[in-house]
Amino acid sequence: MKPVYLVSDTILSPLGFSSEENIKKVRDNVSGIQLIDDKKLHKEPFYGAKIEASLLEKESENKKLTSYSKLEQMMILSIQQLLDATTSLNINEVGIVISTTKGNIDSLEIELHSEKAYLSNLSNTIKTHFGLKNLPVIISNACISGGLAVAVAKRMIQSEMYKDVLVIGGDLLSEFTLSGFFSFQAVSNAPCKPFSKFRTGVSLGEAVAALWLSDRDEINKTKIQITGEASANDANHISGPSRTGEGLYISITKALKEAKITSESIDYISAHGTATPFNDEMEAIAFNRASLQKVPMNSLKGYYGHTLGASALIETIVARHSLLNNELFASKGFDELGVSQEVNVLTENKKTTLHRILNTASGFGGCNVALILEKVNS
Amino acid sequence: MEKVYHIAQHCAIKNQAVYKNGICIYEDEESETIKDFAKGVYKNLELKYPKFYKMDELCKLSFLASEVLLKNNEIEIDEETALVLANKASSLDTDRKHQKSITDKENYFPSPAVFVYTLPNIALGEISIKNKLKSENAFFISESFDADFILKYAKMLIDSEKATQVICGWADLDTDKYDVFLMQLTSENGKKLTTQEITNIYNNDYGRVSRRA
Repeated sequence: MKPVYLVSDTILSPLGFSSEENIKKVRDNVSGIQLIDDKKLHKEPFYGAKIEASLLEKESENKKLTSYSKLEQMMILSIQQLLDATTSLNINEVGIVISTTKGNIDSLEIELHSEKAYLSNLSNTIKTHFGLKNLPVIISNACISGGLAVAVAKRMIQSEMYKDVLVIGGDLLSEFTLSGFFSFQAVSNAPCKPFSKFRTGVSLGEAVAALWLSDRDEINKTKIQITGEASANDANHISGPSRTGEGLYISITKALKEAKITSESIDYISAHGTATPFNDEMEAIAFNRASLQKVPMNSLKGYYGHTLGASALIETIVARHSLLNNELFASKGFDELGVSQEVNVLTENKKTTLHRILNTASGFGGCNVALILEKVNS
Repeated sequence: MEKVYHIAQHCAIKNQAVYKNGICIYEDEESETIKDFAKGVYKNLELKYPKFYKMDELCKLSFLASEVLLKNNEIEIDEETALVLANKASSLDTDRKHQKSITDKENYFPSPAVFVYTLPNIALGEISIKNKLKSENAFFISESFDADFILKYAKMLIDSEKATQVICGWADLDTDKYDVFLMQLTSENGKKLTTQEITNIYNNDYGRVSRRA
């Protein structure tokens, strides 16, 4: 199998409109989660991570994107940022994979049969805006969408469909999703606390991220490869995680096998860690089954909230920067361990040499994904 | 060496009828709702699976197609049989139901039983649970059935040993229109398939052909 590299990336989130700004905020342990009092989103104030509307408006006015929806503006801006930063990316020759759970779901509020609500509308918009030959592929696979999209992009490159693939992941903080998570009583009454004894649920967030994958090894000096990936279903329950962490365990095992390494080689785990009682417990069980309980681990949900279709993609991008900078970040919101099995949650930032990272995600429908990133110095 | 693939079985549900390998095995012109039609198919298949009644209509139709597809099949599936589906309308049919339950603030009643179905890949979860498939799942969205992409992706899974075989196809539901086409793709037998052949099978107007026969 030919190597696939993670070449460059960007994140548009409440923490900033570039990867650099985002990494700086995470390094400073600043969270994007705030108390939001907006009756259009929820009848009562709630904790969530929302992008400052005026910042996006300003950016969109500068780039003449105001005729697009909020999510479209963010997706176009993210692609444009990647294109502006390089001369070796021809947008017409790349494959594009869009990862989203709900797309322009906010358009249903206005019109129940809105055309904008069709996810394929997003790919058409991106195609038309950039004058692409091919329609972007859309993947909508619940909370693992962003990670699965990275795996799909790698597979597309390895099967020689494309030399370069851009993965764009995004979802909005919408009344639609909030009301659903509230109906599940799964929203935390404080900024979310992944793996903590005091965790009570998720904080939702919004973001768009973009990542460029390529098989061309001449592009970067320090090379980050994706060496293993796998996805597996729990075959257990559509809304509850497996009690044995089955699908996540299988995903991790298969990803390690593809990367031709064992669990001892993993230096850090970027976990899903939504901060719901059942999810975090399930992850702890799966990590123990895979003998990964001593590996330093965190969840970025305490910084971004759960950004759905963007979340695992953001985690992959932050992991790439961790590998490049040899640094790990404290798991925001963590205090006392609140899962039944041992896991090594990072309580503070750490400078340490990193070679290999495991990134995982799990979601409704019983889906799980595991990705392994590896640094190759040349 | 390039492997050779073939479709072991295929199943279509459209126009109030169910087809297996091109032959109409059930039709029902009476039912006025998709819910009633799906219930009729369920009874006809003599299924005993109470979870069926909790599913939304997209899951019901996808699930029923998988049951028809895998009934008395020559090539047994295993835990590593992947599921790859695509559609146009995602879970919009149920999304609209959830939206209706939150639009009127005086009559606000979002339900977790509805909300959980506002993701298209739940259909993959339902089929995985019934058949104990702890395998690769992916749900793609496209304007129309893209046989070329789905086939390429399914082949990638088998070629890279991420799956032994793949159940793949199209499962779309939008208000009162539905169109489901599933196939079991294996590398065991010899017939080489082209995208065109699969597109032809999908486009075949079974309705008219088989009812006349």
